[in-house]
Amino acid sequence: MLHIFCPHCGELRSEEEFHASGQAHIPRPLDPNACTDAEWGDYMFFRDNPRGLHHELWIHAAGCRQYFNATRDTVTYEILETYKIGEQPQFTAKASGEKV
Amino acid sequence: MTAANVYQQRPTTGAKAESSLHHADLASLVGKGRNNAGVTVREKKLLGHLTIRGDGHDAAFAAGVHKAVGIELPGALQVIVKGETSLQWLGPDEWLLIVPGGEEFAAEQNLRAALGELHIQIVNVSGGQQILELSGPNVRDVLMKSTSYDVHPNNFPVGKAVGTVFAKSQLVIRHTAEDTWELLIRRSFSDYWWLWLQDASAEFGLSVQA
Repeated sequence: MLHIFCPHCGELRSEEEFHASGQAHIPRPLDPNACTDAEWGDYMFFRDNPRGLHHELWIHAAGCRQYFNATRDTVTYEILETYKIGEQPQFTAKASGEKV
Repeated sequence: MTAANVYQQRPTTGAKAESSLHHADLASLVGKGRNNAGVTVREKKLLGHLTIRGDGHDAAFAAGVHKAVGIELPGALQVIVKGETSLQWLGPDEWLLIVPGGEEFAAEQNLRAALGELHIQIVNVSGGQQILELSGPNVRDVLMKSTSYDVHPNNFPVGKAVGTVFAKSQLVIRHTAEDTWELLIRRSFSDYWWLWLQDASAEFGLSVQA
């Protein structure tokens, strides 16, 4: 069982309190009507599936019920950091020299 | 004042009120448990529960809540108990105020008056949840059987409250005094928790207090 740091509660909690909610940092197009079908489909349905660092959205479902972001290595499952929505990650694939 | 529809939700006509554990008839079990029971359960029923949402970083919001409730806005994972009233942190923008039954209408009006035009939300959730108070020397053992959260006093001092997984569901655990813990439970789970607590505390002895 993993321990995940909740940036809102400020402490490590058991993995079973959390749910993963997919890829993070996906902005909704500001004007959906101006999108082509391809752009909108991309926004709605297509997600990265990297081998290595991945920024993900998690929710602390059993605790404070807040969403936050996590940077996770999809190979080792190591969670490098968790940070609040609106903040930028410290660990990125570019910084560590991997291809996005 | 905002245009929010604030009204007395609790019948004042003496209409019969039942808690979500009414069917368990706890009153008939008082004094029937083992002597020197390790765990004593008490149903704190029909209290006034209000959830307050707002910007915790806004000094005006914190001051308004303090003025209306008489309790400082608690920080993360804190619960502050003052007499029969308690104010608890539920999330970075959400707090739970519990007042004695019947006082929630006045409390909501006070809060709305004190918070004025701020961007806030106050919802009366009295009907949706209630508190089970556990006390006795073995309560911590029961909690340790039930949750993966560390309930050792070093990690879980008096005045702390955490939402966590418990048995096969989730609830909020509040540590209110040395050997006293409160479980904030959803009404639809009441029966499950009651059955769970009976089973989990059987080895220590369970007694019911009115």
